Amino acid sequence: MTLLLAALALLLGGGMIVLATSRPHRDCSWLAAGVVVVAAIVGGIPAVQVLAGGTVSTLHWPWAVPFGQFALGLDPLSAWFLLPTLLLSALAAIDGADYRKSGPEPRSLGPVWFFYCLLVLSMVLVVLARNAVLFLFAWELMAVASYFLVTVEHERPEVRQAGWIYLAATQVGTAFLLALFLLLARQTGSMDFTVWAARGIPTGGWAAVLFVLAAIGLGTKAGFMPLHSWLPEAHPAAPSHVSALMSGVMIKTGIYGLLRFLTFTRTPPLWWGWTFIGIGMTSGVLGVLWALAQHDLKRLLAYHSIENIGIIALGMGVGMLGWSTGSAPLMVLGFGGALLHVLNHSLFKGLLFLAAGAVLQQTDEHDLDHLGGLLRRMPWTGTAFLIGAAAICGLPPLNGFISEFLIFLGALRGAALAPGAVAVSLLAVVAGLGLIGGLAVACFTKAFGVVFLGTPRSESARTAAEVGPAMIGPMLILAAACILIGLLAPWAVGTLPRVLTNLTGLPTAAIHGGLAGAVGPLLAVVAASAVLLVILGLLVLWRRRLLSRQVMATGTTWGCGYAQPTPRMQYTASSFAQPLLSWTSAVLGGRRQLTAPNGYFPAAASLHTQTPDPLHPDLYRPALDRVGAGLARQRWLQPAAVQLCILYIALALLALLIWKFG
Amino acid sequence: MLTNLILILVVLSNLKLLASSRLGAAIRVVAAQGVALGLLPILAHREPLAAHALLLAAGTITLKGVVFPWLLLRAIREVHVAREVEPFVGYSASLGAGVLILGISFWMCTRLPMPASIASSWLAPVALFSIFVGLFLIAARKRAISQVLGFLVLENGVYTFGVGVTSRTPLIVEIGVLLDVFVAVFIMGITIFHIQREFDHTAAAPAGEGKD
Repeated sequence: MTLLLAALALLLGGGMIVLATSRPHRDCSWLAAGVVVVAAIVGGIPAVQVLAGGTVSTLHWPWAVPFGQFALGLDPLSAWFLLPTLLLSALAAIDGADYRKSGPEPRSLGPVWFFYCLLVLSMVLVVLARNAVLFLFAWELMAVASYFLVTVEHERPEVRQAGWIYLAATQVGTAFLLALFLLLARQTGSMDFTVWAARGIPTGGWAAVLFVLAAIGLGTKAGFMPLHSWLPEAHPAAPSHVSALMSGVMIKTGIYGLLRFLTFTRTPPLWWGWTFIGIGMTSGVLGVLWALAQHDLKRLLAYHSIENIGIIALGMGVGMLGWSTGSAPLMVLGFGGALLHVLNHSLFKGLLFLAAGAVLQQTDEHDLDHLGGLLRRMPWTGTAFLIGAAAICGLPPLNGFISEFLIFLGALRGAALAPGAVAVSLLAVVAGLGLIGGLAVACFTKAFGVVFLGTPRSESARTAAEVGPAMIGPMLILAAACILIGLLAPWAVGTLPRVLTNLTGLPTAAIHGGLAGAVGPLLAVVAASAVLLVILGLLVLWRRRLLSRQVMATGTTWGCGYAQPTPRMQYTASSFAQPLLSWTSAVLGGRRQLTAPNGYFPAAASLHTQTPDPLHPDLYRPALDRVGAGLARQRWLQPAAVQLCILYIALALLALLIWKFG
Repeated sequence: MLTNLILILVVLSNLKLLASSRLGAAIRVVAAQGVALGLLPILAHREPLAAHALLLAAGTITLKGVVFPWLLLRAIREVHVAREVEPFVGYSASLGAGVLILGISFWMCTRLPMPASIASSWLAPVALFSIFVGLFLIAARKRAISQVLGFLVLENGVYTFGVGVTSRTPLIVEIGVLLDVFVAVFIMGITIFHIQREFDHTAAAPAGEGKD
């Protein structure tokens, strides 16, 4: 615990120093990145110790806040979330050290790094907090720090707009969270998480209310489907290393909160699990479909975050169904898959956002249809992106496959054993996961193909060059982690039992029994992958040998034998996604403008597609407008002048005094 | 006896403020009120003079009697505002309201339970009176400087109550309050100066605007 406090102090102090010094911005960035890296190492040691079987440590300090207590605790569940948080924070900080603020003149990055340190600090506090007031404090600190990071490039109006949407969404979430904590405190008479866990929530009406409050309050941060509106706005607006951090780990604090909430409950009713499966299916399938329709690389990645949160929710849903039906294997595989996917998603989503940031920095192009052919110009970034893309699609032998496989396995096993309705819902999970995986492959084929393959579609893509080592390094580390977890899957799964014991309260034997069923198939998968990799390696060597004595000519990629190919003949992002999108246009909506080619020698033809998030214009905007109109009618209450405000206060004070003493 | 004299001075200076039309005069009245109140901690304590009471008196007199008036006078000199306070409520009406507030304050304090150790039975009503006059000044005057003055009078009321009622106010609390007020006046002075530079006026409520 001392080390964790040291890490927290380091982040706070380092942030302050960076804010105070008016150094040239490169020095400032490296100083801040150094601070975050050291803090991550210092804080990572206890997290690893706890996961490896060390003792659970706690800390209680009095805190001069009503009902508050500076209570921290590091149990395996916290450590499981702490580890990716620290890892990604450090790597994104190194990547961000090369970040240059766009805008008319270079300005000090001091405030940016201050809020970055604050964001890391608050995320660490959120997973460590054992008191509701402290948790809310850290939660709000996280919201505010990330709001300022989203709006770093506030000269652009769309960034300011995204910032407002994010701030509004997170405040709505906090409102529900506040209600949840107040109700819990009313029932248990304490604000202490340990008391809540010990007493537990009685099942019945109140538990249902609390569950709904938790799902909305924490789900807003996580990005569950109807509450996700802020994600596709905020992620493209933020600097890329911040997007990596927010998408990779910050949204997971919502998942952490939900898992922590589950430790307070007794056996959940069946509909909790079904709710989560419903949320997971909607978020997963719709998230990936919308991702497919996007033209902006970072917005596409943001929708994939929603998709992956959906997969995590599916895992949690499977686990909850197992809990309700008393099936330990189902519980272990469902929650285990969800937990592992939290870790995996933080790795590959962080990697993808960092790679997208590298592309963005070198080309200054948001639009996929203006990129192309970057694999030759940015080989490291391209390879790293490819690994991340394969991992997020859930392809073996990478890490994304392992966690999805656990959920698959859990759902299949449950479907075979569980009674009627539960079995049907589990089969739906299997089908949903399959659909999500397939669509994700299509989406990343599009993203990788359009950005990195083919020939450049714009001048900026043609002149792009590889980024510096400070940006390549973190990407390679994350890519290596994705591969390692994939290849060492049976051992990676071996780290789960302590976390699962912490979460579910099952006896260790039951957990090991549940996981044992997964280890066998995983070993087979890993062995097959290893064989595949060896064959691939041999093929590459063979190709090189065959080609070594040949004369090689380099032609235009996808030139198709035309005499004068132009980059405009290539498949574009829109045209690649068009078949899939036309099948699903009933769900997606979206606008298309088509000028079809006409006649024997068509002169001009064009196709524009746009798929905005329908919830924002169709649901939230009208609802919020109505609220705004209602409030505007109360406008006469608001005084025009400072003087009248003070008069109101004085009159209220006088009236109160007269009423009390009169 | 001397305590009551000071309290009477405070009441009179408040009434004078309500009737005063010149900014410069108002600043000087507030300064005089500050000096009078600065003497209060020395007189209100019956036990032998403690070092902390002396320190507090010295601090209060320096800040309220010298530093604030200097800052504010400098502000009106540099900003070149018209030297009139520009009231929303006329001077005689303000004076009438002041008398009414005085009455309400005294009536209210007859119903307030008071500690036995209080230095003078007038302390609480005068303190309450100052607070309400401060609020009234903020609400009824247009100029930003008048609002700073109103704020100072309000604070003087709080201070009167603090010094008179609690027999041993911790030094640190009093110093803290003084520091707060100092910072507030300082910032207001700077802000007024900047607002004037940006907008060419310092009226807090230009006619018909400012609704947001």
